[in-house]
Amino acid sequence: MHRFCKHKPTLIALIVLAGFYLAALAAPFVAPYDYTADDVDHIWAPPSSVHLTHIHATTVSLDKYYRRVYTADPAQVLPLEFFVKGASYRLLGIVPCDRHLFGARGAKIFLLGADSRGRDIFSRLLFGGRISLSIGLVGAGLAFLIGIFVGSLAGYLGGRTDNLLMRLCEMLMMVPAFYLMLAMRASFPPSISSVQVYLLMIVIMSLIGWASIARVIRGMAISLRESEFVSAAQSMGLGTFYIIRRHIIPHTAAYTIAAVVLSIPDYILGEASLSLLGLGIQEPQASWGNMLTDAMGIVNIYLYPWILYPGLFIIVAVAAFNILGERLREVLDPKRP
Amino acid sequence: MFHYALRRLLNSIPLILGITFLTFLFIHMAPGDFLSGLRLNPQVSSATVKAYSAQFGLDKPLLQQYLIWLGNLLRGDLGYSFAYHAKVTDIIGPRALNTLLLSVVVIFITWSAAIPLAMAAALRPNGVLDRVLSFFSYICIATPVFIWAFLFLYLSMLTGWLPLGGMRSIDYEALSPAGRLCDLARHLIIPALVLALPSIAALQKIMKANLLEALTSSYVLGARARGLTPWRVIFIHALKNAANPMITIFGYQISGLLSGAALTEIITGWPGLGQMTLAAVQAQDIYLVMGTILAGSFLLVAGNLAADLMLAANDPRIRL
Repeated sequence: MHRFCKHKPTLIALIVLAGFYLAALAAPFVAPYDYTADDVDHIWAPPSSVHLTHIHATTVSLDKYYRRVYTADPAQVLPLEFFVKGASYRLLGIVPCDRHLFGARGAKIFLLGADSRGRDIFSRLLFGGRISLSIGLVGAGLAFLIGIFVGSLAGYLGGRTDNLLMRLCEMLMMVPAFYLMLAMRASFPPSISSVQVYLLMIVIMSLIGWASIARVIRGMAISLRESEFVSAAQSMGLGTFYIIRRHIIPHTAAYTIAAVVLSIPDYILGEASLSLLGLGIQEPQASWGNMLTDAMGIVNIYLYPWILYPGLFIIVAVAAFNILGERLREVLDPKRP
Repeated sequence: MFHYALRRLLNSIPLILGITFLTFLFIHMAPGDFLSGLRLNPQVSSATVKAYSAQFGLDKPLLQQYLIWLGNLLRGDLGYSFAYHAKVTDIIGPRALNTLLLSVVVIFITWSAAIPLAMAAALRPNGVLDRVLSFFSYICIATPVFIWAFLFLYLSMLTGWLPLGGMRSIDYEALSPAGRLCDLARHLIIPALVLALPSIAALQKIMKANLLEALTSSYVLGARARGLTPWRVIFIHALKNAANPMITIFGYQISGLLSGAALTEIITGWPGLGQMTLAAVQAQDIYLVMGTILAGSFLLVAGNLAADLMLAANDPRIRL
């Protein structure tokens, strides 16, 4: 643990990720607006000019070609307030509350600009982070649960079961994942609720992803099968599942923990890719991939470069997980194959 | 060696069958089918719809439809695309070639860039180049493919150097053969770079680690002690041994590219298999979807097979 924390990039990665997850958890509080709060007057508004204690209100006007022009008006100075009253929400879904972390009364505060419907990008990033970040955790966790179970069973039992399960794994590993995800996702009607889409994406990605984990765990189980404590347990008459649970699986922990952390970025990116194509999380729900669909028309990147902020957050989250996972691997398993 | 190859080949066949059957199931799980639009159209009589249904075989039970498709496949007939009104083989052929072309170019770029970089970094560990390379590697690997695509397309839009996607310019037919090649190359640059950058970063890291390990081993020490020049030591002894794990990676890269290229193709408009699959899936064009997934799986399995064969050719222990 001490060695783990001494490495500076790891510490930074840990802090950044903790910050992301905490902010996503407390999203309604930290975000000044709801993720559906659109504002027709502020379409594609640039980031507001925010200073530490005050903001300058932006005035909207139309130029001679009837395009919107946003100018920060230095004459209108509004105080930046904290714990300000805003739209009401339920903290953690239970406690009704209406204080937000920051805000400015009398003007819209767009920390990171607004999108094509006038919705605040910063707020949508926080609400979207809930979905994108949690899909990573849950998807990786589910895949590993299935993979560890199947892999250890196959390795310990050997013989026909092993053969059958490994053929299945090979088939799943050979599948062109993206194509299958497209086919699977499109086989469900586009009108299912967002909760169902969320669960569906997790299930689809885990069902493709558990195979490679199972292969590795099976290899480890095969070598662990021959060790003395397993023979001792077998001679004591302990059952298969008990031995697997108490003896084999804990010894795979060193590889497993690092591998889970390293696979979380794949799930985050998988969700982002599907949402980008419109096959994942649907509007009006926000997700980091979803928010990037506006960027597909490249002109938008030129006119409103702040639509790429979700991409920045994806990069940071993925890099943090990679750093964390690699460090975990170095610390926990120095003699890895 | 031959027996090993034969065994692996025979193993691949049920694999592909399984994948296609799974896909067939999924496509049919979608509500409605290709003719749903026609059914809802009041101007089209139900008799016409029934006739179409019988013609395309959509009214038969699922398993029977699959077996018919399989039977046709063995005769080289992949079916008929409803949306494009053409045979599937005619549509998929050029698309698969495009994807293959992109993959080959990406692999070429990746390997010709990663090996020299890794060598340079391994020769001076913790030097300036090494540290700069590590930092960029992290960022390159962490950046998702579509972000690279957006950034490159944005850059190209600003500067006007490269075309914004697609594969051919409008005046392609009027160009000379050399001109056509240039045109193709210009269109190829963005998709290829987008796919190559993360691969270069990942490959270079692994290669550098292997090279470092090889450079500190006893046979290199022995070679140096015998008085061989450093160049000879590196190229003939260290590199060859460090390249061993690279063969596996090479094979898996080929297969990985074929499924990974889909997103890039869709965003940059490169007319390959990935783009076709998305369009086909959205139109519920069953035979086209089956055809593209078959092509994709086939290329994937072929890539894996090639990787396994190369590995077995290199290391006789694996053939058992």
